[in-house]
Amino acid sequence: MHATPILDISGLKMVFRIGGREVAAVQDLNLTIAPGETLALVGESGSGKSVTSLSVMGLLPRGVGQVAEGSILFRGKAGQAQDLTKLDTEGMRQIRGNDIAMVFQEPMTSLNPVYTIGEQIAEPMRIHLGRSHKDAAAAAIKLLADVGIPDPERRAKQYPHELSGGMRQRATIAMALACDPVLLIADEPTTALDVTIQAQILDLLQKLQAERGMAVLFVTHNLGVVAEIANRVAVMYAGRVVETGTVADVFARPRHPYTIGLMRSVPKLGEATELKRKGIPLPTIAGSVPSLVQLPQGCSFAPRCPFAIDACRADVPSLYETGNGQKSRCIRWQEI
Amino acid sequence: MLPYILRRLATGLLMLVALSMLVFVLLRLAPGDPIDAYINPNVAMSQAEMDALRARLGLDQPLPMQYLAWLRAAATGDLGYSIQRNGVRVLPLVLERIGPTILLMAAGLVIAILIGIAAGILSAVRRNSPTDIGFSVIAFFGISSPAFLTAILGLYLFSVVLRWAPSGGMLTPGAPFSVGDLLSHLILPACLLSIGHAALIMRYMRASLLEVLNQDYVRTARAKGVKEFWVIMKHAVRNALLPVVTLIGSTIGIAVGGAIFIESVFNWPGMGLLLINAVDTRDYPVIMGATLIIGACVIVVNLLTDIAYAAIDPRIQVA
Repeated sequence: MHATPILDISGLKMVFRIGGREVAAVQDLNLTIAPGETLALVGESGSGKSVTSLSVMGLLPRGVGQVAEGSILFRGKAGQAQDLTKLDTEGMRQIRGNDIAMVFQEPMTSLNPVYTIGEQIAEPMRIHLGRSHKDAAAAAIKLLADVGIPDPERRAKQYPHELSGGMRQRATIAMALACDPVLLIADEPTTALDVTIQAQILDLLQKLQAERGMAVLFVTHNLGVVAEIANRVAVMYAGRVVETGTVADVFARPRHPYTIGLMRSVPKLGEATELKRKGIPLPTIAGSVPSLVQLPQGCSFAPRCPFAIDACRADVPSLYETGNGQKSRCIRWQEI
Repeated sequence: MLPYILRRLATGLLMLVALSMLVFVLLRLAPGDPIDAYINPNVAMSQAEMDALRARLGLDQPLPMQYLAWLRAAATGDLGYSIQRNGVRVLPLVLERIGPTILLMAAGLVIAILIGIAAGILSAVRRNSPTDIGFSVIAFFGISSPAFLTAILGLYLFSVVLRWAPSGGMLTPGAPFSVGDLLSHLILPACLLSIGHAALIMRYMRASLLEVLNQDYVRTARAKGVKEFWVIMKHAVRNALLPVVTLIGSTIGIAVGGAIFIESVFNWPGMGLLLINAVDTRDYPVIMGATLIIGACVIVVNLLTDIAYAAIDPRIQVA
């Protein structure tokens, strides 16, 4: 791995104010991303993975969610590391779309319906790179070609409603790449797409990443996607990272019961029909994600964990080093 | 585009015929007789003389015949003669009054749109702040005050007490024409006319913008590093305007009603005043002519709004 990460989140705690109470959506969060690396952030809805990505972008609505503790050190194009949590609105705006760009989940709604595709891709280049209208428009057409959209000159003049879902997601990727970001945050970019289109978009992202050498923070709940695209993975549960390591290590030898449960829940090719024939239901993780307002005492996963013992309910476990950089937030990691 | 406009104009023509029929029937259902207003109350008239007068004006014919006669003439551009103003043709009378009315309504609407949209944007962006609440309270009063009340109160306050503006008319009598003089007469009635519409537009704009600000593409704009001012003005406002444009189009018809009150209070020499006088004296041809011209204006303006809608939203194809 590279020595100096471009993104170094340490001890991050994100607090939301809900009905007068403070709720920690994310806590004890430590993540690093090296240049050119892909880190997958995996978890169920409400695990804090989207909050994490939005807080790196500084896009959480002000007054709703805020950083309570910790730091987000980011090394942008200038090469100087700065703490994003201490940056003012204007400083953060200059980084967004320029050093860090984001691709969202819903290609159908994340493009502005009243502006052309070309205009929307050209906009960040005019803002951050000071390019002229003509210049940026030409660069937008080039980007559309780069993301594999045929007939880019014509497409650039079209409006979002004239493009299919897959096309629109390619267009949002082109928009994110406009200023050649150092870090691309992809928040479930394939979830809303057809399976065949999903594979195309993943291939495209991998190809673009290899060409441009940018780092990718890939937020997903799909372990299959993680295996395909990421170098390292961080599994989140109830606002905390419960396991992290290289994709190869974690998939070969998961060290946390939640990761094990997640992997068991992924049906393998042919397995579903096999199980159906035998009358065995597809394995699931019993119970449901705890409410962040009322987290259980000790390990958050204990109430659903088949390995839980009394000691699990005493204190929140720390992240144990299990070898080769893999870490698990389970006191019984050696036994499972 | 052109076939669409022609089609809309053709349906507009049908609507005008329907409107004239409706107004015609309603007028005859209303009590009162043009003859009563026509005759000099100090001169005794025999029943025979009255009948002769009635026959001369064609009022003795059965209603359908009267309407058809009117329609046939109207189709050739002849709206007949005013009953009360001897020998004055209706068409030039109405056309001479339409200019001041259009001026007043246009001024009122422009003020309403500017104030309504600006206040709506401010309210939405500073949601639940004192600014927002203040605007909402003002808008509440604006929407609930009827034009005849605001017109009279406004006249009293700004013309009589404060003496900021002339109390009536369009130009100072006897003075040479100047734009400044016209504007000083226009500003007060136009502002008073705009109150209700500004309030309505503000409420719509606020609601519409609040909804748009929650859309994914607004977050996308922020993610691109667009300055917050432009996130609002470029990415959100244009989308939020769509329902507001529809509202503005449909309030223009209502604005005519308000303009009639304002005109009568401020003695503005427009259609409203003409219409009110005509209704008072049961001057049927003038009422018919005035409603027809007002109806035609409203139909054309609605067509223009629909075209404007297509210009703002590329998803709408005018065809």
